[in-house]
Amino acid sequence: MKKNKIILSHGSGGKLMYALIENIFLKNFKNEILEKLYDSAIIEFKEFDLCFTTDSYTVNPIFFPGGDIGKLAVCGTINDLSVSGAIPFYISSSFIIEEGLDISILERIVISMKKMAERSKIKIVTGDTKVVEKGKIDKIFINTSGIGIKKKNVKLSIDRIEENDVVIINGEIAEHGLAVLLSRNTFNIDSDIKSDCAPLNELINLLLEKPEGIKFMRDPTRGGLSSTLNEIVKNSNFGIVIYEDKIPIKKEVLSICEILGFDPLNIANEGKVIIICGKKESEWILKKMRENKYGKRAQIIGEVIKEPKGKVIMETKLGTTRIIEMSLGEEFPRIC
Amino acid sequence: MRFIEEYRKPEIQKRIYKEIQRKSSLLKKNVNLMEVCGTHTMVIGRYGIRKLMPENINLISGPGCPVCVSPENFIDTAIEISKKKDVMITTFGDMMKVPGSFSSLEKEKAIRGNIFVVYSPLDALKIAEENLEKNIIFLSIGFETTAPLIAQTIKIAKEKKIKNFFILCGNKLIPPAMINLLEEKDTNIDGFICPGHVSVIIGTSPYIEITERFNIPCVISGFEPFDIILSIYILLSNLIEEKYEVINEYKRTVKEEGNLKAKKIIEEVFDIVDSEWRGIGIIKNSGLKLKKEFENFDAEKRYEVNIKKYSKNKRNCICGEILKGKKTPFDCSLFEKICNPENPIGPCMVSSEGTCSAYYKYEKK
Repeated sequence: MKKNKIILSHGSGGKLMYALIENIFLKNFKNEILEKLYDSAIIEFKEFDLCFTTDSYTVNPIFFPGGDIGKLAVCGTINDLSVSGAIPFYISSSFIIEEGLDISILERIVISMKKMAERSKIKIVTGDTKVVEKGKIDKIFINTSGIGIKKKNVKLSIDRIEENDVVIINGEIAEHGLAVLLSRNTFNIDSDIKSDCAPLNELINLLLEKPEGIKFMRDPTRGGLSSTLNEIVKNSNFGIVIYEDKIPIKKEVLSICEILGFDPLNIANEGKVIIICGKKESEWILKKMRENKYGKRAQIIGEVIKEPKGKVIMETKLGTTRIIEMSLGEEFPRIC
Repeated sequence: MRFIEEYRKPEIQKRIYKEIQRKSSLLKKNVNLMEVCGTHTMVIGRYGIRKLMPENINLISGPGCPVCVSPENFIDTAIEISKKKDVMITTFGDMMKVPGSFSSLEKEKAIRGNIFVVYSPLDALKIAEENLEKNIIFLSIGFETTAPLIAQTIKIAKEKKIKNFFILCGNKLIPPAMINLLEEKDTNIDGFICPGHVSVIIGTSPYIEITERFNIPCVISGFEPFDIILSIYILLSNLIEEKYEVINEYKRTVKEEGNLKAKKIIEEVFDIVDSEWRGIGIIKNSGLKLKKEFENFDAEKRYEVNIKKYSKNKRNCICGEILKGKKTPFDCSLFEKICNPENPIGPCMVSSEGTCSAYYKYEKK
């Protein structure tokens, strides 16, 4: 057992994955663009910035309440570009398909991708197809990459975050991870929970009309709210406090988390964005967000504080506080 | 599901909390109250209840997490069996990361791929029926709460004449462990918050010995923050009045006689034996083993594996002392920096319900 092997936790968005990125990928690929580790690479030009991102999708099952692997692949890449402050334009799509998959299933997935692309006004402009022997992968994996344009007046950076800035989320949490998990039928729980999988470019474009107050954005996908907030405060000279009674969550989601012993803060979202902005601008931002379909339940959930530095804490409904750790996430593999 | 918010109304909690403060001023000395259930440990952490307590009330965590108390050689045996031909190991997810003497199931899975997480022994039995060419081993751990389900699974397997399903039996009983703690010389426990789920099965009578022999009050508690705070209040009242009784705070679920059906099936399928607890050692009559008539399902009978006993102390790990309530994770030199959920040294960090894990998640300074 001297040789270390890849275990599932290495792919779960938690601490082990960050160790892998740092010790293997960053160490070998190191350059000034990659080392920022933002959702998109930002390549600077004179008039604008080019944002470039990529993501692979391996979700199981490939169809789940509220979405499918194709919708997820398009929305995921759109969202990575959008939270970087870019307007997404073009996407690539590569398919790795298991021998024996029904072509009708492939087409269902492709049509779902087409619909999402049309709705979000982006084009899928290049792609690739590989087929592997039966049993070598599970049905179908998809990779999408995307490029978008960021205006020079959009300046998103963790360095701009200051004490008293507020933390906003656009709606209810923990739905994607739970919907996928429950659709595997392992728990025999009937529920109406649907994945929140959605393209966020329209919502975010609205806010980019007046980008000055927006300090930073990120989508709390794998690892949930707790991981994203911890990524933001990590190595910084501020902390974040969130308020348990302000975090939007559906009753049904809360109930099922209770039954299964999950913390909703650790569960993945696919249509959510965390925005850190100045207090002064937050009112306008909330108003704008609530005008959009995907921002109706937008809400301030927390604030940036001076101490404890580098930590996320939560004020519970009891009035006590507790530390929110980065999730370890390995309980549910292949949710995206 | 209703009644989540109802049990978490801040006003009610604050009222009881005020009463706790009042009572605490009447105490003659500092008191140590121990919970013996991992889920209680987590609730206390998650809602910051420990920090809420007046200074003279100390909440400590006992050996209440079934994963934490499974000894190294249980994992070692499971790993040895997993190396045999045509074997599939099925286990509760929490066991995957538990360190054995040299490896863990999670690491072994990456090598051989024949270790699977299930949510119920019945799922493991189903896997056995669907994979007749393989032998399916279920790693059977847990306290009185889990035992009836495993017993039922064994009975179904016997009725259906399933030949390729086995359990590696590491089930344990809670009251003997509580008594063992009190029999230790330098024990300083003043009251027990007794486990709600275990009590659903065993009822209230097994704790009477504790109250009568040791003069220690016991309160069977539910799992809402409200339940725990109320249980603490009851314990304080009893300590002040020097009343040493078993009180059932979790009446909405726990009956005095327990669950008779569940108790019967445990008796039908299992014998009570001495059992090793990680960090504590052998505790008399604290474990379960399949009765002779069910021994065809015993993985240790099917596969004779010789596990060397490694009694090496895990590099200054004080989990044993923590499980006994003598120390807290903050007393451990490994806590946080060396021992954390990614790299757990001792059992209390491994399980999400372990004391160290709960401290790491919710109470780090």
